[in-house]
Amino acid sequence: MSNANPSGTLTGSHYLDGDHACSEGAIAAGCRFASGYPITPSTEVVERLSARFPRVGGRFIQLEDELGASIALLGAVWGGAKACTVTSGPGFSLMMEHIGYAAITETPCVYINVQRAGPSTGLPTQPAQGDMMQARFGSHGDYRLIALCPNSPQECFDLTVEAFNLAEEFRVPVLVMLDEVVGHMTEKVVIPPAEQIKVSERRYTKKKPGEGFKLFEAANGSMVPEMVKAGDGYRIHVTGLTHDDRGYPAMNVPTHEKMQLRLQDKIVENADRIVRWEEKDLDGADVVVVSFGITSRVAERAIKAAREQGVKVGSFRLITAWPFPEKQIAELSKKVKAFVVPELNLGQMALEVERVVAGRTKVVPVPHVGGTVHNPETILNKILESVR
Amino acid sequence: MGPTEIKIGGLGGQGVILGGIIIGKAAALFDDKHSCLTQAFGPEARGSACSAQVVVDAEPILYPYVHNPHLMVAMSQDAFAKFSPELRKDGTLIIEEDLVKPTGLPSTVKVYAIPATRIAEELGKKMVLNIVMVGFFTAITGLVSEQAAREAVKDSVPPATIDLNMKAFDRGFAYGKQLLAGPKN
Repeated sequence: MSNANPSGTLTGSHYLDGDHACSEGAIAAGCRFASGYPITPSTEVVERLSARFPRVGGRFIQLEDELGASIALLGAVWGGAKACTVTSGPGFSLMMEHIGYAAITETPCVYINVQRAGPSTGLPTQPAQGDMMQARFGSHGDYRLIALCPNSPQECFDLTVEAFNLAEEFRVPVLVMLDEVVGHMTEKVVIPPAEQIKVSERRYTKKKPGEGFKLFEAANGSMVPEMVKAGDGYRIHVTGLTHDDRGYPAMNVPTHEKMQLRLQDKIVENADRIVRWEEKDLDGADVVVVSFGITSRVAERAIKAAREQGVKVGSFRLITAWPFPEKQIAELSKKVKAFVVPELNLGQMALEVERVVAGRTKVVPVPHVGGTVHNPETILNKILESVR
Repeated sequence: MGPTEIKIGGLGGQGVILGGIIIGKAAALFDDKHSCLTQAFGPEARGSACSAQVVVDAEPILYPYVHNPHLMVAMSQDAFAKFSPELRKDGTLIIEEDLVKPTGLPSTVKVYAIPATRIAEELGKKMVLNIVMVGFFTAITGLVSEQAAREAVKDSVPPATIDLNMKAFDRGFAYGKQLLAGPKN
């Protein structure tokens, strides 16, 4: 790990919305290329990047659509840049092809999705958290990635830095999954001095061209291969086809199995290093509210009210949605009477909680179609019902 | 004391959101408080109803939305009609007096009016009416300190317009102070 580049880091206290905080997080993390096709409610991210990049040696390009936007950043990464793209629902759907391509080519990159209510064009200016399963399974085939869910502008900054770091560490696409409320909400954001912001740099091979470097061979005892960049004189092949350690297409089961399992295992077996959550009052809790993004803040009001009524309720906030903190939830499921899962969709992460809980205790979803946030009382009633 | 909820409503183009940002910024960056601003707007860039909602508290803010504001600023009749039913019975309403004719309010609501658009026009730029309103709001409510509000204005407007905007703030602030000091009517 090294430190952020002081020239790009806007150290100080700012009053920023979540979208703008994401832009500053990207810049502090060393991102110097972004491609995009503006779409509400994510437009402010690229607006700020396009204004800030020229002053820090970065480049923003607006593409003809989200298909272009979601592949241009991958080209930039192979050219040596840290890069991201930014979108919302309809654009996120179009980007799925290339998120799969980024996964199979192990391209470290960041996709920021400011979620609005869908499906399709849905409610362009209004919030939802309906892309959570799409984040996990949206592209075809099996792959793993990392998805982070900030619940404040400050965390938009912090987790965007983190997203770039995780992308480099695991050579994987990382999704930053805001919702419209967090994206458009304005709060104080403190950007630390550059030397206090830890940044993971790309891990390039030390082997010279011709010394047998393999682009997809697990390196340094980890499951993550090292990289090279275009123009450095290596003969490399990057393809969406199933490939061997060198990157060459190999249409057979053993190669496919080896590649697939490593793509899975580099995330699954490192889950302890990746998974992040925030817990409150879990000791002795009868009910645990599992939530993320803006819903975690709405739920806090319900949790407070429930505690005032004598219910022992704690909170487990997902910071990584993917990988899901399954160990932690499984452990809790042995102790508590119920999980209450409010989210701005008709039940997505609740399915994951149910899967992990595996019938050991009750799981109570609190679905909401989106367009606005929950009424805290709805969550409160579910908490109260769950212990009756 | 608990959170103070503020709603500022008007038409797109009046600087409603920036007004909210300045008040929120004054509290969060220049007074030692917490604030959270959310906004609602239509797909149109100008002319549609829009509102900024600000929560100010001594404690970190969890729930970001405003349902029953203590303080409301209405800069258009539509905004008044749409939002004033949400105002608390003991709340304070601040209006642009040429654009809003308040009707049907509980007698317990305190109403303060300022011809902010006319004042802004006198200063040569109608655009600064929102800053006149911010000055007036600061004087009337005392929610943020004058110093913090002034810093927040400076920090939020284009550098070339700071002088004009500070004048706008001063006019609004003075109007508010005078109103508070003047005879009760």
